[in-house]
Amino acid sequence: MFNTKTIIAALAMVAASALAAPAAQAAGEAPHIEKQDWSFAGIFGTYDENQLQRGFQIFREVCSSCHGARLIAFRNLAEPGGPGFSEAQIKALAAEYEIADSTAEGGVRPGVPADRWPSPFATEQDARDANGGALPPDFSVLAKARGVTDAFPWWLTNYFTGYSEGGPDYIHALLTGYHDEAPEGFDLPEGKSYNDVFPGHAIGMAPPLMDEMIAYTPGEDGVEVPMTVDQYSKDVSAYMMWMAEPGLVARKETGFRVLLFLFLFAGLMWATKRRIWKGIEH
Amino acid sequence: MSEHSTYTPGSGVEKWLDERLPIIRFSKEHLMDFPTPKNLNYWWTFGAILAFMLVVQIITGVVLAMHYTPNVALAFDSVEHIRRDVNGGRIIQATHAVGASMFFAAVYIHIFRGMYFGSYKAPREILWILGVLIFVLMMATAFMGYVLPWGQMSGWAATVITNIFAAIPVVGTPLLELLRGGFSVGNPTLNRFFSLHYLLPFVIAAVVVLHIWALHVPGNNNPTGVDVKSSRDTVPFHPYYTMKDLFGIVLFLIPFAWFVFFAPDILGHPDNYIPFNPQVTPAHIVPEWYFLPFYAILRAIDFNILFIDSKLGGVIFFGGSILILFFLPWLDTSKVRSGTFRPMFKWFYWLFVVNFVALTYLGAAPAEGIYVVLAKITTFYYFAHFLIILPLLSRLETPRPLPTSISESVLGKAHS
Repeated sequence: MFNTKTIIAALAMVAASALAAPAAQAAGEAPHIEKQDWSFAGIFGTYDENQLQRGFQIFREVCSSCHGARLIAFRNLAEPGGPGFSEAQIKALAAEYEIADSTAEGGVRPGVPADRWPSPFATEQDARDANGGALPPDFSVLAKARGVTDAFPWWLTNYFTGYSEGGPDYIHALLTGYHDEAPEGFDLPEGKSYNDVFPGHAIGMAPPLMDEMIAYTPGEDGVEVPMTVDQYSKDVSAYMMWMAEPGLVARKETGFRVLLFLFLFAGLMWATKRRIWKGIEH
Repeated sequence: MSEHSTYTPGSGVEKWLDERLPIIRFSKEHLMDFPTPKNLNYWWTFGAILAFMLVVQIITGVVLAMHYTPNVALAFDSVEHIRRDVNGGRIIQATHAVGASMFFAAVYIHIFRGMYFGSYKAPREILWILGVLIFVLMMATAFMGYVLPWGQMSGWAATVITNIFAAIPVVGTPLLELLRGGFSVGNPTLNRFFSLHYLLPFVIAAVVVLHIWALHVPGNNNPTGVDVKSSRDTVPFHPYYTMKDLFGIVLFLIPFAWFVFFAPDILGHPDNYIPFNPQVTPAHIVPEWYFLPFYAILRAIDFNILFIDSKLGGVIFFGGSILILFFLPWLDTSKVRSGTFRPMFKWFYWLFVVNFVALTYLGAAPAEGIYVVLAKITTFYYFAHFLIILPLLSRLETPRPLPTSISESVLGKAHS
């Protein structure tokens, strides 16, 4: 039925069709980005609730003073597969924020879970004015708008491992890739910082994280999470991935069942097909 | 076509219907009794896989259109709304986006299968031409669909591709403005692309009907390329090929589902998660993988040819690389259909495949250094295959002896 030639040809086809997108950036100077061990990678990957809660804490206390998340509603934070806050916590959290609402008395009202995360700046121009001309990007899908480029031929394996964590890997590398001083001979413009992985190296955002900057509450089991830039970066990257892909856990769970079904179904179809073709020389 | 019919209306109602609209007779003849060579291999299941993919794309697309907003201010967020808030939206959207890639993977296999086994040769020239027409329509549809999420790659793909038309003398600029609905890519562009993206799949479906009609006149080609001689060479389409094709479809669904559920964005470009900004050009503008070979050809012509400037030259070669497929039946004049019995053709066929893969790779590579040289060589070879190698092979090559019939070749295989 399937002779060796057919199988080899099929594999060649797969390889050929995969020979595509990542070649694009292969040539440009691509800084090495260390891949991290994410809980949400792979077929069985799920978000770590504690990590998402820590990441949310960093987002709220640090990032959100400049970066928006316009597609995220407060209610999302209580939805399954996310940080796992309770309804009551979300209600209380939303109420801490003032939401601009032209139909409310005075133009503002306290937030409710259905409201979107309020943007730190009213307009893009306001945001630029407050940040030396640079626009802090919105976080809603940012973790999927960044990626890591592997050298040929290693990116071919990504299609088989389903590597989709290039965004968090990049964000983690960016947040840990700051240098106090630019290297010798690099002309760093006024008001910029030097970063290893940012394209062009001169980034408008000053190093946002420092060791011991955010106080993590130890868990009930007494385990303390290190309060380092590295750990903060991992946590906030994971949280950003959740914002970009909030349905990841449900998607993978469904996918596992779908694949299992397809393999079994293909087996049955194969048996039926053989039975029907029995006795036909072909 | 009706000589295969074994249909006799079973009841009074069926008889009444048969005399007025013989739809049951037609279905029985073409979907069940149709005599099909019994030696078709699994490469032949891609016809059914493609029909299935067209249906998948239309169904998921119709649902997406219920939630999508074709407006430059809202399009990007409406696609995110589908992913986040619509029930099952992430799966439907991912199926449609990954589906486009799977559709093209299948169509390339289908085309290359036809090329190897000489399925374009008489009496199947019209069948082949209709197939190429479907391929062109698919490219137009996929391109316009890619613009709809209105990310950076969407907007810049629209800019670059519509720009191609501006190179055409005299009508170029009016055509460009007609396509864009203005001087630059904007809301009118998005609106007309959405409208056409919804229309073209149904045009494809209509051409598919013609394609299958043209298939059912001479019947299927087969791996030996030898004509069907007697009913011993064939089996009825149902249940033999309905079952085999369904099994092929289920197998095809496995990598499809893998991408949809475990890496829905891996075949796309991260930049398309950044909303389109006409003021900011991405570092590399790369089309989707299935356009890369032709994109490489477009870019390879970076020099003037006599009075034709490089831009128009690129467009001529780009268009020519697809148009040349229409003439394939008359460029390859060998009387032997199947590559299996053509010792020299076989080597050049695989060389052509390797060259095509190389073009794919070069389409994504930056236009600098060695890549530019390689792109020119592979572009030259692409055309040389059709214009020089195939016509010459037909004269120089001595084909191996053909089996006298499909049955003979099948029995030979079983006993060797």
